[in-house]
Amino acid sequence: MTQQSQPSADSPAVYPAVNYLNADRGVKSWLLTLDHKRIGIMYFASVLVMFLVGGIFAMAVRLELLTPGPTIMGANTYNRMFTLHGIVMIFLFMIPAIPGVFGNFCMPLMLGAKDVAFPRLNLLSLYLYWTGAILAISAIIFGGIDTGWTFYPPYSTTTPMTAFPALVGIFILGFSSIVTGLNFIVTIHTLRAPGMTWMRMQLFVWAIYATSIIQVLATPVIGLTVMLAGIEKVAGFGLFDSAKGGDPVLFQHFFWFYSHPAVYIMVLPSMGVVSDAIAAVARKNVFGYQMIAYSSLGIAFVGFFAWGHHMFVSGQSPFDNGAFAVISMFVGVFTAIKVFNWVGTLYRGAIAINAMFVYICGFLFFVVFGGMTGIAVATISLDIHWHDTYFVVAHFHFIMVGAVIMGFLIAIHYWFPKMFGRMYHEGWAMVSASFIVLGFIATFIPQFLVGNAGMPRRYYMYPERFQAMNVASTAGSSLLAFGFIIIAIYLIYALVRGEIAGDNPWKSMGVEWQTTSPPDKHNFAKPVVITKDPHSYQKPGEEVEHVVI
Amino acid sequence: MSSSDEHAHSARHPHLAEHFETIQQQDYAARLGMWLFLGTEVLLFAGLFLGYTVYRHFYHATWHACSQALSLSLGATNTVILISSSLTVALAYWAVKVGKRNLALGLLAFTILCAIAFLCIKYVEYSHKFHVGELPGKWFRAEELMQYPAANMYFTIYFLATGLHAFHVIVGMSVLLWVAKGIWKGRYTPDYFVPVELGALYWHLVDLVWIFLFPLLYLI
Repeated sequence: MTQQSQPSADSPAVYPAVNYLNADRGVKSWLLTLDHKRIGIMYFASVLVMFLVGGIFAMAVRLELLTPGPTIMGANTYNRMFTLHGIVMIFLFMIPAIPGVFGNFCMPLMLGAKDVAFPRLNLLSLYLYWTGAILAISAIIFGGIDTGWTFYPPYSTTTPMTAFPALVGIFILGFSSIVTGLNFIVTIHTLRAPGMTWMRMQLFVWAIYATSIIQVLATPVIGLTVMLAGIEKVAGFGLFDSAKGGDPVLFQHFFWFYSHPAVYIMVLPSMGVVSDAIAAVARKNVFGYQMIAYSSLGIAFVGFFAWGHHMFVSGQSPFDNGAFAVISMFVGVFTAIKVFNWVGTLYRGAIAINAMFVYICGFLFFVVFGGMTGIAVATISLDIHWHDTYFVVAHFHFIMVGAVIMGFLIAIHYWFPKMFGRMYHEGWAMVSASFIVLGFIATFIPQFLVGNAGMPRRYYMYPERFQAMNVASTAGSSLLAFGFIIIAIYLIYALVRGEIAGDNPWKSMGVEWQTTSPPDKHNFAKPVVITKDPHSYQKPGEEVEHVVI
Repeated sequence: MSSSDEHAHSARHPHLAEHFETIQQQDYAARLGMWLFLGTEVLLFAGLFLGYTVYRHFYHATWHACSQALSLSLGATNTVILISSSLTVALAYWAVKVGKRNLALGLLAFTILCAIAFLCIKYVEYSHKFHVGELPGKWFRAEELMQYPAANMYFTIYFLATGLHAFHVIVGMSVLLWVAKGIWKGRYTPDYFVPVELGALYWHLVDLVWIFLFPLLYLI
């Protein structure tokens, strides 16, 4: 393969004639590929479909809540809608989204590696993901599932609806997640190019590393949990059934031992995307590189010991509640370290005002606002008031969904030219970015207010006095949906007709940009030797060359 | 995959995948991957151990009475069998490393026989439990234990933990069969034995889980 242009070249952008997209042809060459880039692309298509499905469920829920009484569906359908919205968005979209797509596509490139350590396992994880997705969604066909995504017994083990296929689906999705995490950890340990020391890894790689640790250590527990819930439902073993001496709260401990760290499985990769993209947008070296890297590990560590804050009203002892509350607040410390360093990176940078920057601003707003409300709900006395209200719903949509969606969109816009070698329309990207950030705020600020006023989550009907806020929230969600439709249109257009982007349209210093865009099947034309620190933007105009023979 | 062999690395190890530079790097990756996987297995069982701890704490007298209902001699026999099999699998690994192919196959065969013996004894124990109704949850009908609160819960934990472990015995046995096939075909030699090592590691984990289950369920 010829490496047509280096980042320094200002010559007209060239689309590499042979690249990973067209090196092999045919459906089989995709379905049986071991190439991490193609697996990433297949994940990309899959999670986008899941995002659409979960989004349709979300819009159904929002439309139903437009009026205090029944609006477009019955109460049972409503219960299934919010349950499936939760399951699809969490297990099928947010958890695999950034690691599955960009972790797969970019992380080996960032290490200067040819592939992940276990390419076959990587493909297996995709197939497990598909299997789990089909099973989880098949719950609709088998009569629906109405337990909420948390599957709390005794309701989940006694509901007439069939929770079983969804539980098996989540069990299999857990395997997919474990395999991905294990693969990434081993890749980062063993496949770093010569000169790529730990402190030269890009911050996205650090974030993926921290995420993978959580995936490997926490996911087996959710596997066991859903397995036990499934056995309970089918065979009546009584493990969580107080009539047989079981303890339903034990299920909650099991569930949140995974599902709280899972929040960081979702949000840490997003933080990694921002750390990388913010340097490229501000054209400035990341401020406090080591602090951001270590704080990812800090969040991963502390995240394991915070699960009890979901159970303040489940009958924990006051001591446990206090301990979990304090530990939860430490997450805020590590997050704040990141936020200050990101702001420090932007300070006096040569900031490019583009769609990515709009999303970065949105991301910072959601992380700070969502994080602050997180400290608030970790405060026991306040949580007793807010528990299971829309305040909590709005809080986790801000910190978790807001941050993940922003990170995912930043990643799409930042790496789209890397993946496909083509550029999208910046103007439309700015328009849709504004719609999405404003739409997100408009959707969830009313939910904070209505939750604080006492509206419980998951209820089908609500008192008249909450209607104004619910209408505002539904209007915001429409704006959000509209923004996503614009993105879909201009990205599909860019895929087919977009301008040729060139190898490095952002003039980024990331290692993944030091090869052609789209990359060659074997990633780099020459063996990679890393000679510079990551994000080396210190000297404007100086072009850093990572790839040497 | 094979197209990369044109890279003129004539001295390339025959089992070295194209995305690794050296066999040491590949071996390190394989070992690290296996150890991480074993970590996930420990966490999978950890939930059941936690459940055991919680209910033992809730129903102490029940736990004591029910553990008396298990057959100590069968449990102890199984423990001896599994520990011996761990020794032989470790010796098989050593035999592959020093090139004693037939010895390795014999030792692995013994290990697999141990696994089968373990499962047979487990079957005897299970069928007795089914017979007298010492069963989980709603299936529980053992009259002499009825006086203890939540005696069904002991057998829920017992069947979940030993069942999950028995499943691992079957998986481990299959892994060892696959390793034995590789040795039989001359695939694993003193030049390339990491898959044998990984299979043996997995078998040790199966053994180790039992070493914790045995005292918790049978002895205390």
